[in-house]
Amino acid sequence: MVTDILFYVFAIATLVFGALVVANPFSRNPVTSAMFLVLTIISMAGLFVLLHAFFLAAVQVLVYAGAVMVLFLFVIMLLDLKEEEQRKIKKTGLVAGLVSVGAIVAIFIRSLLASEPSRGLGDPQLEGSTFALGKLLFTDYLLPFEIVSLLLLVAMVGVILLSKKDLK
Amino acid sequence: MNVGLEHYLVVSALLFALGLLGVITRRNLLVLYMSLELMLNSANLALVSFSRFNDNLNGQVMVFFIITVAAAEVAVGLALIVALYRKRQTAHVEDLTSMKL
Repeated sequence: MVTDILFYVFAIATLVFGALVVANPFSRNPVTSAMFLVLTIISMAGLFVLLHAFFLAAVQVLVYAGAVMVLFLFVIMLLDLKEEEQRKIKKTGLVAGLVSVGAIVAIFIRSLLASEPSRGLGDPQLEGSTFALGKLLFTDYLLPFEIVSLLLLVAMVGVILLSKKDLK
Repeated sequence: MNVGLEHYLVVSALLFALGLLGVITRRNLLVLYMSLELMLNSANLALVSFSRFNDNLNGQVMVFFIITVAAAEVAVGLALIVALYRKRQTAHVEDLTSMKL
């Protein structure tokens, strides 16, 4: 019963903060959006805990709310974005956005209504603990794991090259 | 009412829609990027809930990879935005209409 209430708390928090990232009526400043994105990610980590994905909840907070958002804030501070406040959102863009979003939500809702209702949550058979995930990661998913490490190396080299002063 | 798989999927779908709305309506490159992160996160939520309701950890491993790739993507994308800003002095989509620097 408590988990149900917690689900609604975290779900509403995630959606409200997510809406404030996209369209904040009080401030158009990117820093405000970044801060609300941090809150969205943290409430989503709460949802992960409710789903027994403990390791991913920790990684979500550490990597997203920690590393990625700090990078975002660095870049926002680096670029001087004062003029953003005066720009207006275009009417055509807003209408197109609302129509396409409405269409996608309609598709989602229709497919959800067409599906059979799932059974309630039983006792968890598997816990998303570090031990279980690590075991899976180093046995079944060893090759993808190594490839991801290569991808990170490529990204690092690319970023260093891009941030050089004389880009050729 | 018991919270089931649909509840998580509805949250995930709404979050994805919010991210899409942000990508289409907002014109600032950085806010656009944050909306993309929102969409990636909604996919993560769907995968974790599938993994929980099927008693299968593969979905969570997938989320782990998505988080890693998203971190790399953010690093490269922000470096590109900074390089673009150095050339053009703007981070606004409407000012960036030509491919040539």
